[in-house]
Amino acid sequence: MKALEVSDVSISYNGNLAIDKVNFDVNEGDLLGIVGPNGAGKTTLFRAILGMQNYTGTIRMFGLEGKKYHALLPLIGYVSQKVNFEQNFPATVSEVVAMGLLPEKILEKSQTILQKSGFNWNRVYKKINKNSDKILEALKAVNLESLKDARIGQLSGGQLQRVFIAKALVKDPILLILDEPVTGVDVETQTKFYNIIKKINDENKITMVWSSHDLEAIAKLANRVACMNRKMFFHGQKEEFFSNEDLLKTYTESAMQMHMHHH
Amino acid sequence: MIPEFLGYAFMQRGLIAGAAIAIICSLMGTFLVLRRQSLFGDALSHMAFGGISVGLFTGIYPLWTAYAVSILGALGMTKLRKSTKISGDAAIAVLLVSGFGMGVLLISATGGFSIDLFSFLFGSILLISNTDTILVLIISAGLTISLVMLRKQLLHFTFDEEQARVSGLNVDRLNYVFVAIAGITVITSMRLVGILLISALIVLPNITSMLFGKGFKQTVTASISISVFSVIFGIILSYYFDLAPSGIIVMISVAILVGALAAKYFGIIGKSMPIQRAV
Repeated sequence: MKALEVSDVSISYNGNLAIDKVNFDVNEGDLLGIVGPNGAGKTTLFRAILGMQNYTGTIRMFGLEGKKYHALLPLIGYVSQKVNFEQNFPATVSEVVAMGLLPEKILEKSQTILQKSGFNWNRVYKKINKNSDKILEALKAVNLESLKDARIGQLSGGQLQRVFIAKALVKDPILLILDEPVTGVDVETQTKFYNIIKKINDENKITMVWSSHDLEAIAKLANRVACMNRKMFFHGQKEEFFSNEDLLKTYTESAMQMHMHHH
Repeated sequence: MIPEFLGYAFMQRGLIAGAAIAIICSLMGTFLVLRRQSLFGDALSHMAFGGISVGLFTGIYPLWTAYAVSILGALGMTKLRKSTKISGDAAIAVLLVSGFGMGVLLISATGGFSIDLFSFLFGSILLISNTDTILVLIISAGLTISLVMLRKQLLHFTFDEEQARVSGLNVDRLNYVFVAIAGITVITSMRLVGILLISALIVLPNITSMLFGKGFKQTVTASISISVFSVIFGIILSYYFDLAPSGIIVMISVAILVGALAAKYFGIIGKSMPIQRAV
């Protein structure tokens, strides 16, 4: 079943096309890696999927659009590139993860909608009774249970992103979107992070869309790849992408150009 | 043995109303401080000054006009800010001066400063009547219950507005509700320390508790404790030394903050607060 279908989606800012007729889909259980240079419109595209950006075209989730699609938006887990929060915010790691817990009313409503669409929603955390246990399990999934009582401001960048993933996990997301989650983090931390992502995708069977500059990581973790720069110029199996020399060359060159342009 | 000051009804009323006000100010203040709107309380109280002058000018009970003017002003400003993209601190300045300007204008028209007005400007907790004490208690209870019920949403909204929006929270509505709560808190609390010092009660205990509180719950509990202590101790000291309670309460809060800063500096407390962030 298609978890997500994006058809002919275009987005313009002040008359400039930021996204030009983009088409792609995500199968249930996929880990789709989206690659593209800075300014390619990946974040804009995510914002459209999250209902925070106007667009033309159609976006469907589990075959649903319009009102029903909107009702499912709270169930998308979203970890943005950078979260701007007050460094001295007096909240513990557990308290931040707890913010991810959705009211049971929203969850039940979504459950009904999803059942009708034929999607078998695996609610891992529903089986756990106490909220504090749910939070602990989510923190275990990202290997952070030892820091549950730490104040959020004490964490490193990589740890923070893992907390935000736990916050997204705890609501049993039907789709997890990670927008370049490990930008500016050292290589060792990145590797740990990638292993966690892989584990969540494999074990919790959570469908993921993940944007990254890191082709190597995408080659290792994703099963499908989408490559975009305003337009989508590749979308398919990972093997197909990485065996296509022309495509790789185009990507690398445009990425380099954008890189130079930005510095 | 009961201490002498507890024998007076005015002291009992002052202590009870004072403690209730201490609780709502610090509870509401937590969110204001975290939203970087510490001075919003000040702006509201200056609007309240305008509102009181409307009451004195028209002969309507000034407390009601204060509620109306500051809540309407604050909601209007929130709306205006959203549609015109005026920055937060500028919006606060607009609110503050327009309220105060209106007050000065109407008071000059009414015939100058009166005793009533002074009690609003500098607080008059020991002059509070039985009816007003009950009113303060009811309003405080209502505000406390509202804030406790909304705590999860407010916390998420304060921490990360975008994520709160993504997870289905009606952020705009929540914002208006919070502004109204802030307005009611400020007007209800003016009695205690007055228009000019109300910000102290909203901000100081929170800054202090954020220095060493580990999590949100701990911080809020500490802030309420500091706030209640400052108010009660302040009122008692004012009785024995015959000084203005508002000034003493605020200075106690300042002293606690300075003490906490010093303790942190010398490493006695605050291990949980990052001095330098690990990368």
